[in-house]
Amino acid sequence: MIPATLDYHRATSLEDAFEALAEPDARALAGGQSLLPMLKLRVARPSLLVDIGGLGLDAIELTGDELRIGALATWGALASAIELDSPGLAAVAECAAGIGDLQVRNRGTVGGSLAHADPASDLPAVVLALDARLELRSPDGERSVAAADFFRMPYTTALEERELIVAVVVPVPPSGSGSAYVSVEHPASGYALAGAAALVRSDATTSVAITGVGGRAVLLPEGGSLDGVEMYGDRFAPEEYKRHLATVVVGRALERATQRVEGAR
Amino acid sequence: MPDLSLVVNGEPRSLEVEGRTLLVHALRDGLGLTGAHVGCDTSQCGACTVLVDGRAVKSCTVLALQAEGTEITTIEGLAQDDGQHPLQRAFVEHHGLQCGFCTPGMILTAHDLLSREPDPDDETIRRSLRGNYCRCTGYQTVVDSVRAAAAELAR
Repeated sequence: MIPATLDYHRATSLEDAFEALAEPDARALAGGQSLLPMLKLRVARPSLLVDIGGLGLDAIELTGDELRIGALATWGALASAIELDSPGLAAVAECAAGIGDLQVRNRGTVGGSLAHADPASDLPAVVLALDARLELRSPDGERSVAAADFFRMPYTTALEERELIVAVVVPVPPSGSGSAYVSVEHPASGYALAGAAALVRSDATTSVAITGVGGRAVLLPEGGSLDGVEMYGDRFAPEEYKRHLATVVVGRALERATQRVEGAR
Repeated sequence: MPDLSLVVNGEPRSLEVEGRTLLVHALRDGLGLTGAHVGCDTSQCGACTVLVDGRAVKSCTVLALQAEGTEITTIEGLAQDDGQHPLQRAFVEHHGLQCGFCTPGMILTAHDLLSREPDPDDETIRRSLRGNYCRCTGYQTVVDSVRAAAAELAR
């Protein structure tokens, strides 16, 4: 399978990328682990790919009470980042370590995945549960969008034309918190049939989000109730089964996050 | 067509590719390095795995032009001298292959693993090779081979 004819431009700076992205049907390319398969299936047929992979933007930094993940950080870098070595941020590392396989984690980026917004991708649940925000940049300037406002529909986000994710900013959970990400994967694709991220704080309040079961990841009400959450079945997992799996992963994520709270004491 | 320049198995190479050309096709058809195999062509099976700047990647899921300026190692370039690399030798000695189609990818992924974790346990080896499918031997002998290579490299 070979992509349809396209032009390729290696961006030398964000400004250069924005200029190139002015072409109609241009698309930004990061690690390509989501986009390349779409190009090969010709589901996506951009006229121009603007490769932002060489722009750096891959730092993972703890600054004060925030974790800042550069959009071009790879899953592999995230999974082994010492900055995530705390019970409160454990869900981020756990999620990153479970993405795809070693080769995909070597190339796939956090920002690329979030912009792709596959409804079964894992990280959306984690950024929702941890109340992260996304830093976006366009020729018009910068803005910050809460994860809860970013994911709209399958493969559809709040990104405007010529707008790129530059970082994901996660507030460091208060000390004494624990978090976890648990999924049940489709064994061939590795994508989540259902995945849940849970944050449990020392005062026992929780934030839980679910992915893989509907059109987008959603934050659940306090306590992780799944009542009223829209879910779709597919040929691999009927809706009833997804609903069952969702209950299971939410329960496991809460349990593991709680264990981490206790481990932190 | 755009020019692509990169270092392949230690030698500077350049060739013309289309914007849409995949790295695996540039290596196989452009440079005649057929050790990277096209298996599933959907980034699942890992038969096309090569090292880009020392890290295992699926070359069917990378555009050739994304590899501009990088150092690529294919299975043809793994052995440092006339002999075999310890990973290659271990796969032979421990029956880590039968038909051999998946073997270049298995070995190069294992190479990436051992470059970071010189003494991995079996669980780590299995987890690291999750993106490499073998359809003939089963995986136990592959794990045995990687473990044996790790021991030899540690000597």
